[in-house]
Amino acid sequence: MKRLLAIVPAVVFAGLMVAFVIGLGRDPSILPSMLIDKPLPVFDLPPVRAADTKGLASTDFRGEPALLNVFGSWCVTCRVEHPFLMQLKAQGVPIHGLDWKDQPGAGEAWLVRYGDPYQLAGDDPVGRTVIDLGVTGAPETFVVDRQGRVRYRHVGAITPEVWSKTLAPLMTKLKAES
Amino acid sequence: MRRALILAALLAALAGPAAAVTPDEQLADPALETRARVLSRELRCVVCQNQSIDESDAPLAHDLRVLLRERLAAGDSDDQAKAYLVDRYGSYVLLRPAFGPDTLLLWLGPLAVLALGGMGVAIYLRGRAVARPDQLAADRLDPDEEARVAALLNSDEAS
Repeated sequence: MKRLLAIVPAVVFAGLMVAFVIGLGRDPSILPSMLIDKPLPVFDLPPVRAADTKGLASTDFRGEPALLNVFGSWCVTCRVEHPFLMQLKAQGVPIHGLDWKDQPGAGEAWLVRYGDPYQLAGDDPVGRTVIDLGVTGAPETFVVDRQGRVRYRHVGAITPEVWSKTLAPLMTKLKAES
Repeated sequence: MRRALILAALLAALAGPAAAVTPDEQLADPALETRARVLSRELRCVVCQNQSIDESDAPLAHDLRVLLRERLAAGDSDDQAKAYLVDRYGSYVLLRPAFGPDTLLLWLGPLAVLALGGMGVAIYLRGRAVARPDQLAADRLDPDEEARVAALLNSDEAS
């Protein structure tokens, strides 16, 4: 009994160490999404591109799995992420854009200047839809399945590593779902 | 002199924690505005995380303050307005987390640590109490040792 008690502090210490090491690897600014496995909140946004007849609505996420990418012309990390989104577009990945709190015309000018990776693009100048999505910063990307349910949320830029390790396998899985 | 003191007291009464609320965000109804201020002090800014949306200058905090006031103006109760944000950002937005299954560890963790520590102390003290009678018997000098002590003390006096 006594010997058992003597190792208790060592066990507690080891447990704390494990908890701290796991904590070190976590980014505390990434909050869990409340939308996982839930349908997208209802929205119907005007187009970003003046020539478009329609913008982006939650009902557009039906039929095939797609990415919903929250961006803004003011967002530096979006600029970093952008070339890779262009690559994904070239691979045929459906990406829809949600322009967050941009000045009128700024989102479209950004797409004209750097290239346009989006099939549909909606403008959210007041940022209300973005709050409904529980977004904390741009860029953020949601993976939406055939039924319009959010299956995954990625905070920050999509890098080739994030794509190949997490998002691409998930998209393949969602495509296989009926 | 008296006037200066009153003025100083009035100015001191105005001092308080800095708030980021700008006049254009405020509601015309003072009662609603007061409720909004109290509520927004309890809601976490999801960008800066250790400030309330009342204190934060982040654009998203501004949007959330405006949204909160809209909800209150639309007739939401305080709890409904809070629930609206919790639905979107999770219970993390509450600076004073509610007691629930996901916050059980947060609320009961300190008590559990205290109980464990108390148990440790109790076991330690009990171990000491049990050891004491034997310890006392072992500490007592036997007759030989007493004789030697007496001899030593006497020799010391003689020198």
